Amino acid sequence: MSTMAAESVHSAPPAPGFAVVRATRTSRIALTLLAALTALLASLPWWAEASTMRTASEFLYYLALAQMWNLLAGYGGLGSFGQQAFVGLGGYALVVFSLKFGLDPFFSVLLGGLVCGVIAMPVSKLLFRLHGAYFAVGTWVAAEVFRLLVANMSWLGGGSGVSITTVMQRIDDWWRDAATLWIAIALGIGSLLAVFLLLRSRLGLGLTAVRDSEAAAESIGISVPRLKFWVYVIAAAGFGLAGALIFLTKLRISPDSAFAINWTITVVFIVVIGGLGTIEGPLIGTALYFLLRDTLSDYGSWYLIVFGALAIAVMLLMRQGIWGFVRQRFGLELFPVQRRLRLEATAERRP
Amino acid sequence: MITLLDTLVQGLLLGGLYTLTALGLSLAFGVMRLVNVAHGDFMVLGAYFALVIMQTLGLHPLLSLLIVLPGMAVAGYLAQRFVLDRTLGRDILPPLLVTFGFSIIVQSALLEVFSADSRRLDAGDLVTASFNVFGDFYVGWFPLLITVLAVAMVAAMQWLFARTRIGRAFRAVSDDQEIAQLMGIDHKHVFALALAVASACVGLAGVLFGMSTTFDPAIGPAHLIYAFEAVIIGGMGSFWGTFVGGVLLGTMQAIGFRVDPGWGVLFGHAAFLLVLLFRPSGLFPRTRDQ
Amino acid sequence: MSLLSTHRLTAFYGDFQALFGIDFSLAAGEVVAIIGANGAGKSTFLRTVAGLNRAPRDAVVFDGQPIGGLAPSTIVKLGLALVPEGRRLFPSLTVEENLLIGANPGRAGPWNLASVCRLFPILKERRRSAATALSGGQQQMVAIARALMSNPRVLLCDELSLGLAPLVIRDIYATLPKVREHGAAIVIVEQDIGQAMRVADRVYCLQEGRVSLTGQPQELTRAQVSSAYFGV
Repeated sequence: MSTMAAESVHSAPPAPGFAVVRATRTSRIALTLLAALTALLASLPWWAEASTMRTASEFLYYLALAQMWNLLAGYGGLGSFGQQAFVGLGGYALVVFSLKFGLDPFFSVLLGGLVCGVIAMPVSKLLFRLHGAYFAVGTWVAAEVFRLLVANMSWLGGGSGVSITTVMQRIDDWWRDAATLWIAIALGIGSLLAVFLLLRSRLGLGLTAVRDSEAAAESIGISVPRLKFWVYVIAAAGFGLAGALIFLTKLRISPDSAFAINWTITVVFIVVIGGLGTIEGPLIGTALYFLLRDTLSDYGSWYLIVFGALAIAVMLLMRQGIWGFVRQRFGLELFPVQRRLRLEATAERRP
Repeated sequence: MITLLDTLVQGLLLGGLYTLTALGLSLAFGVMRLVNVAHGDFMVLGAYFALVIMQTLGLHPLLSLLIVLPGMAVAGYLAQRFVLDRTLGRDILPPLLVTFGFSIIVQSALLEVFSADSRRLDAGDLVTASFNVFGDFYVGWFPLLITVLAVAMVAAMQWLFARTRIGRAFRAVSDDQEIAQLMGIDHKHVFALALAVASACVGLAGVLFGMSTTFDPAIGPAHLIYAFEAVIIGGMGSFWGTFVGGVLLGTMQAIGFRVDPGWGVLFGHAAFLLVLLFRPSGLFPRTRDQ
Repeated sequence: MSLLSTHRLTAFYGDFQALFGIDFSLAAGEVVAIIGANGAGKSTFLRTVAGLNRAPRDAVVFDGQPIGGLAPSTIVKLGLALVPEGRRLFPSLTVEENLLIGANPGRAGPWNLASVCRLFPILKERRRSAATALSGGQQQMVAIARALMSNPRVLLCDELSLGLAPLVIRDIYATLPKVREHGAAIVIVEQDIGQAMRVADRVYCLQEGRVSLTGQPQELTRAQVSSAYFGV
């Protein structure tokens, strides 16, 4: 013992016996693959067909929606069944800014997201008075209110909707498809990375604490209402951006299609089946949804029945979803947010 | 003057139908804290069930109730006992998601089998007949019948809960599921019975609805919302509250519709949101907690 | 021949083990007390015997029949009733309704609405009140009466004295001999060691999920009990 004391007086302080790390070999591989995939997707306009690009865009915006709902419900504990409100509002913001005000449609997509974030602020104040199942249905009612308000505005096309093809006609075809795809990539991959980074930040740590126990989180000084407020606003902006993009691709919007509960249903099922509360889950869920829709496309609404049955089965048998199961069983994590303690043995420390 | 009276009466009668629809939701929530997202779709299912019975057996829709009610009760019992029971617990998402799943499956299945065409349960002149109250003021027989039935059902539910053995069991399991078991109560069976009664109730509402107006597979969710609003406005845990909520909702919708046809439902939503803002637990709440 | 016995009874809350092999017996007509510090496993023991916690099949034997793993609703019909910790009356029911629901298992015997009201006169007086409007002591009486309504052969009492004033505790414990007279054996879990030792024929002491001491109250020294209780 005395020799060690003597040593420490004479030499530099010993290297730390541990390191706090987050990345693992698997996650580094995953991030590299993701970067490669993103590059590949971004290159599509130069070699792929328009239909391929459209499918890719669709996949990406569903992924964005799923990541946002996962953030809301899986991390924020806000099981909202009214997010279609922001899909619709985003879509109609696109109409207002690009059709009515003549702004660049792609810029209008961005504005759509912003507008939805702003609208979400007062809306959340009202809806946060509800909890649990009431909150869920309350958000749905709020979406219905928006739908009805828009449907009653004739300058927005009223109940039958409006077309924005005139806006898009000004833009060259190639550029239109490419820009749409790139925005979709930014949204889809961007939302994945955004959630990933968010969860690694202090805000994310707070969220994880709140998810585990609100009371405990409050007791260590986390403002749960503020946290939930910002999660709701961010998710609303995300849904708004996606909504604007969606109707940019569809070229025609109507209250019934913009504010359809189906948007939420599909996204909820995607997240739940893929794995609620995991970043990889929405990715898997979206892939499964597209697979199912494709293979069962000849059978009308059967793919929805299968999807719904799958969601029920997951809730009954494997509540953590597909990725949650994989993570539990194999300890696999492509986008780790936990900090790990890696112990390093140093010669000085051995007695 | 007649217009005002007419609007109010229309509201009351619409409220009767909403009450009948909402009763089942109120019951399921009161006993199990379950918000059945497929509730509106169960109502539509009841209407289609009656349609099938009418077409195959040639029965009058009211007679078809003899088969529809037990059928819906069995469906509700099985759904609770074998599926929903496994989702009840502290986490609120699983029952919501499973009933959401039910909703999608019922809607899609009905769409596949019956297509999106509007249907109606043909009940002849009963449905359109009206009687003269005074001067130019007429009231429809059938809507009045529905409202009277709604009041009777509310009273019956109240009686069931307050004065019968099963009602006591309902209240006990709703209070404390664990201790209810210590009283020899099979709580899974009691929960399933609750959903059975709720399903029969909403099946009744569906048949009456199908007789008064047209229906198609997609209208379920709208009626879930109206039922939910009626229950919230009236206050959770009180059947008479649900009646008041239903009538208030119906009246607001009727007034809104009179102002402008596109605003009927919106007025109802406005009333709901106002109650949420100023009296979140409803006008006559009874249940203690969430 | 014991009426109720447990053999190496274990109990878990998820991954957490609360009981590590409890051997226990109760003969007909006996009053047995279980004492121990907070967290020792006393309530867990009663809950497990009553079926609220899953027990291995042969670990609990009642009247010669293994009852481990049976549903609580089945166990109460066999004649084992629990007065739960903290009373846990049904708030939506009146006092009378709480008693009536206690009779749900439908067993025949000396206890019915009239006889429990003779045991606890306050019940008749307040029978139409909401159960939770009563004082702590009165609620405890309702809880005991509710359990008696099922005419149990064994009454399990979990922390009767919790939160009650000494005079009230004394009154409640004064009724236990009458319960015993009418044919029920009693197990009481108590933090109040003095009260437990006064009324029991035999005592078990639990410490961290294990039996640390057992015997008749008059034979046990203060030092023995103290060491068994605290584990020092």
